[in-house]
Amino acid sequence: MRRQLLSTLIALVAVVLLVSAPVVAQTGAQASVTAKPAPAAKAWTMPRTPDGKPDLQGVYSNATTIPVARPANLGAKEFYDSEADKAATAAAAAGGRGGRGGAARPAAAADPEGNGLAVHYDTSQFGLGGPTVKRAASLRTSIITGPEGRVPAVLPEVAKAAQDRRAYQQAHQWDSAQNRPLAERCITWGFEGPPMMPVGYNSTLEIVQGQGYVGIVQEMIHDTRIIPTDGRPHGPAEIKRWMGDSVGHWEGDTLVVETVNYNPLVVIQGQQVSDAAKVTERFTRVDADTITYQFTVDDPKVWVKPFSGEYNMVHIDGGLYEYACHEGNYGMANNLSGARATEKK
Amino acid sequence: MRICRLGGWLLAGTAGAALLSLAVIPTPAQAPAAYKALKTKDGKPNLNGIWQANNEANWDIRPHAAYAGPVYTLGAAYSTPAGLGVVDGGELPYKPEAAAKQKDNFTNRLKLDPEIKCYMGGVPRSTYMPYPFQIVQGTGTIMFVYEYAGAVRVINMGAPTKAPADSWMGWSNGHWEGESLVVDVTSLNDSTWFDRAGNWHSDALHVIERYTAIGPDALQYEATIDDPKVFTRQWKMGMPLYRRLEKNAQILEYKCVEFAEEVLYGHLRKQPLQGKGDSK
Repeated sequence: MRRQLLSTLIALVAVVLLVSAPVVAQTGAQASVTAKPAPAAKAWTMPRTPDGKPDLQGVYSNATTIPVARPANLGAKEFYDSEADKAATAAAAAGGRGGRGGAARPAAAADPEGNGLAVHYDTSQFGLGGPTVKRAASLRTSIITGPEGRVPAVLPEVAKAAQDRRAYQQAHQWDSAQNRPLAERCITWGFEGPPMMPVGYNSTLEIVQGQGYVGIVQEMIHDTRIIPTDGRPHGPAEIKRWMGDSVGHWEGDTLVVETVNYNPLVVIQGQQVSDAAKVTERFTRVDADTITYQFTVDDPKVWVKPFSGEYNMVHIDGGLYEYACHEGNYGMANNLSGARATEKK
Repeated sequence: MRICRLGGWLLAGTAGAALLSLAVIPTPAQAPAAYKALKTKDGKPNLNGIWQANNEANWDIRPHAAYAGPVYTLGAAYSTPAGLGVVDGGELPYKPEAAAKQKDNFTNRLKLDPEIKCYMGGVPRSTYMPYPFQIVQGTGTIMFVYEYAGAVRVINMGAPTKAPADSWMGWSNGHWEGESLVVDVTSLNDSTWFDRAGNWHSDALHVIERYTAIGPDALQYEATIDDPKVFTRQWKMGMPLYRRLEKNAQILEYKCVEFAEEVLYGHLRKQPLQGKGDSK
């Protein structure tokens, strides 16, 4: 079950990447547009916690159909002109594929494992297509901002090391639990961040603000961040963490969070980070229902330059479910015993 | 209403003392009335902080003498320290068959203890495992984040809501009773234990917790345990929780899956690990 979910997730991510893969780097394009298209003007004042900080508390969804990287045919176009423009462009990019879910549905989960199942899970059940989950309105063409709209290249030596690792991992992928990917081991899904990235499902999080701290629970494997905002420095560099070491402060009405000291096995956008990784996030509540989330990833030992992204989280009703990933990880034992049985054949 | 309650107190109390105390508003028996917590800006007792039990309940919630640990090679470092227990009255009111299961759990604890497997501790055990937890006190919700296994629960302080399903950390609805945060925890699954001694509960477990400040740096924790499938009556446990006073105190990661994988999946390895018991 978990493994199937995982495979589907990988397929979805792959599709998103494939759709935008053969992009030609756009240079000399217009300066990046950071302002989002003006929403309908309504009288709204920032709600505040009892100690006067912007009140970000509540349950939010960051489910989105916006791809991480911009579809190639859009060039430097950072926003669609309208919802109609968005639907037409996405339909064209999907090669005229229509059907249920329409433009909201990623092009295809086309039999990623060659098992004859065209679709493991209908994306409408993931809250990716159809009205199953509330999504923030956005005309963004990609989560990654700027004229290129994609994660920059990695340094050549990083690409080489990653390739070597992949080759080893493939040869030994079923040797033991420790050889399985972190997500399958329920250690981290690689989307909880920071930066926190939308996943195909369980894209729900809850924010609680206490004195001197902001807490964020992500439904995805119940990964929880406690961000001190009391001015303390980062912890000792010896303590590397799966979710990094975050400290926050308020800049006007924006919560700014800086994170360092990542565990060297942490993967951001497909790359293992280095001890130089630094992620900066900005949370800004922009209306009654919406938090704009912005991030910048800077790791000069991995990528040729920093990159930034942005999406909106939308307030939803209700609490979070408990995702007891490890406790219910029947897939791990099943996969390994399957591998041992296969070897005996 | 007030008259009725006063009447009840009068009947319940010893006559003379009760008469004297009628002049003041009676306080619930559980609350150590002497201390009033510092307040948050919205006037609630301020429970924000990083807290930790400092007792031997995680080994055995009952009174117990010291005894050897289950892995002899770990010697004195990982054996069980003696503890006075945290259960009111000491003994647990097990039904006979449930008492037998506890003994079986204890005998087979190396195989069965959910703590060894890095499973979330549940309620109340998460409170007194030997790791800190943090209370992030919001306005409509209060977050409890436990270092062990990264367990978390968000207590709903609004109108009570119903659990969508049973879970490891349960479903928590809270409210204030004077100086106390009272949390009603339901929909706990049957897979957690109370301690390493195999004291257990079923999925009928219902816990009512009270957190009351007894000083600037200590809370009194009290849990009323109801589980009619396992126990013949309700029972209570209680203990102080202490603030972690280090200037840089924080909840660190104890993502213990890595530490449990060999126990859970080691028998399915392609190549057995060199040296039994090594964790590489």
